[in-house]
Amino acid sequence: MWRSLSAAFPRAFLIALVLALAPAGAKTLAVCPSCPIKTLKEAFALAEDGDTVVVNGGHYAEGNLVLEKSIILEGKNLPVIDGEGKYEILTVKADNVQIRGFEFRGSGVNFVKDQAAVKMVDAEHCLIENNRFINNFFAIYLEKSRHCMIRNNHIVSNAENENYSGNGIHLWNSFDVDIVGNYVAHHRDGIYLEFVRDSRIVDNVSEDHVRYGLHFMFSEDNLFRGNVFRRSGAGVAVMYSKRTRMEENRFEYNWGGASYGLLLKDINDSDIRRNVFFRNTVGIYADGSNRTSVYANDFVQNGYALRIFANSMGMIFMYNNFLGNTFDVATNSTASYNSYLKNYWDKYEGYDLDKNGIGDVPYRPVSLFSLVVENYPQALVLLHSPLVQFMDRAERIFPVFTPKAIEDDQPFMFRILWSEWKNLPSDTGR
Amino acid sequence: MRGPVYKIFKYTLFDLLRSRWLSSYAVLIGLMTVGLLYLGDDPTQAAVSVLNLVILVVPLVSLVLGLMYHYANRDFALLVLTQPVPRGSVFWGQLLGLGLSLTGAYLVGVLVPFAAFSAFGMGEVDWPTVGMLLFVGAMVTLVFSSLALYLGVGNDERVRALGVAIAVWFVLTFVYDSLLLAFIILAQAYPIDRWVIGLSMLNPIDLARVLVLLHLDTAALMGYTGALFKKFLGTGMGTTAAVLALVLWTAVPAWLAGRVFARKDF
Repeated sequence: MWRSLSAAFPRAFLIALVLALAPAGAKTLAVCPSCPIKTLKEAFALAEDGDTVVVNGGHYAEGNLVLEKSIILEGKNLPVIDGEGKYEILTVKADNVQIRGFEFRGSGVNFVKDQAAVKMVDAEHCLIENNRFINNFFAIYLEKSRHCMIRNNHIVSNAENENYSGNGIHLWNSFDVDIVGNYVAHHRDGIYLEFVRDSRIVDNVSEDHVRYGLHFMFSEDNLFRGNVFRRSGAGVAVMYSKRTRMEENRFEYNWGGASYGLLLKDINDSDIRRNVFFRNTVGIYADGSNRTSVYANDFVQNGYALRIFANSMGMIFMYNNFLGNTFDVATNSTASYNSYLKNYWDKYEGYDLDKNGIGDVPYRPVSLFSLVVENYPQALVLLHSPLVQFMDRAERIFPVFTPKAIEDDQPFMFRILWSEWKNLPSDTGR
Repeated sequence: MRGPVYKIFKYTLFDLLRSRWLSSYAVLIGLMTVGLLYLGDDPTQAAVSVLNLVILVVPLVSLVLGLMYHYANRDFALLVLTQPVPRGSVFWGQLLGLGLSLTGAYLVGVLVPFAAFSAFGMGEVDWPTVGMLLFVGAMVTLVFSSLALYLGVGNDERVRALGVAIAVWFVLTFVYDSLLLAFIILAQAYPIDRWVIGLSMLNPIDLARVLVLLHLDTAALMGYTGALFKKFLGTGMGTTAAVLALVLWTAVPAWLAGRVFARKDF
């Protein structure tokens, strides 16, 4: 049926149809060094809503460009738009703007105005895709914008310290934004969201940032999935936010004196599942985080897999694998209002007489030494000392000091192959 | 190097190489390393486990084997001393032979499994860390062989020497660390980071452990103290101090033992 239809309508006819449906009078303006129109400013002045501006190659340093019309900006042969280290490069104050195929370079450092390479102000339905952003202060900045897509951009800067650098993708007071398939490196925060809701951050790679790979502040109902966060101060920091879903990400090599894979600070009702935490100083650091579930994650070779402060309540840790971490769980108090259930702990030494795959004696993931270290940090000098191993073993047999509340009374005997599960088992609480 | 020291050294070395104890020791270390490498899934974890070996087994075996060899060879030493040979050369020859053969056994025991592991492509071996393990293990072997000879030369009764050796081992592995921990807990209110660094460098076993831990990048875990440690040991002066401390731990007992041996009335 479809085949005969497509045969009946020649391609030319289809194209004519599409053109006919496009808004009347939409035209295409060409900009290039040898064209009649040589600058973007000129093109912006000539264009009307619905037009397409095609820029073919060239280097454009025109100070701050302000776009107040709904146009499609299309770059061919990677035209460069240069801020010369002084200006905000492109400020967009219109809806339905699309920007693709450009290289934005050198937006100026300005601490009052947060100058960006591309700033969207109060814009709807924007699309920023397939661009390169090199050495900008802020690269992409969305202010009071919604229904936007930021896709497949390559964003690299040269941030060296926190005070003198900006963020790769910065969202402020925006909602329903998709950030998909970008590469962000060497900024202050790779992706920063403040007062953002209902947005999705999917399949990005964010690495080598001075501060965080991804940073939420006061944001609600967001999702990040399938991203890689590597070698930053913290892979991801979620602060003062609610209902954040964190799925299928990799947090790796966030290693240093104050580094974390995932830093949670005052967050509620969130969901962390199917992530891999590999070689971070701290896998998950939770300070004042409530009602957050941590299901089916792998914690592999971290310094601390979990560092959970006692002001975190109602967290559930279930079906996680703990493999080769120096400390599985550290906390600062003997009180705990979180539950640990059905995890696999490689340090578990119990037995399983009825062969149901669940250990018969509980596992206490907080070792005596980790408690000592929490209170006396210098004691870490004794890490791997025979004395410490002896202490830990003795404490495990006759627990006196370690919090009794933190125990997994149904520890798995074997590594949990959650990656083969289609759905999480139904006993995960909610 | 053709003097009497060399001759005694050569004799001791070949004598030890023929002995079953030394080869058993090498095989034991080798089997343990193999076990740690092949049972664990990660060579870095294996390095940490081999570190445990360096801390617990190597000092004890060096002490005990050193003492056993010393007493087994007392008669030979007496016989040689009746000849026109300087006393010092007998002692130093023996020390060199003992220290180097034990070191050799340790190096072979650790190196062969790691080399095989990497040669058969079973996993990535972090060679700088393994190198550090080898260095530190060799130094610990030398420290405790010279301690063994000091105890052996100073005691005619072998049981007594053995008892003291085990006490020394126990103090350096357990008691010292307990005291250090007690100090850290009691003096928490004071800025003690530098003291902690200094104190852990006084004990050769702790020093060996810290050197390897810093290499394993565990320093990040150790927070401020770790950063200080890394900063200190990262500098030329720090490294020199660490190596110097290990050399002193070898040289001082050896020198003391040499003095006792030189004046001893056999």
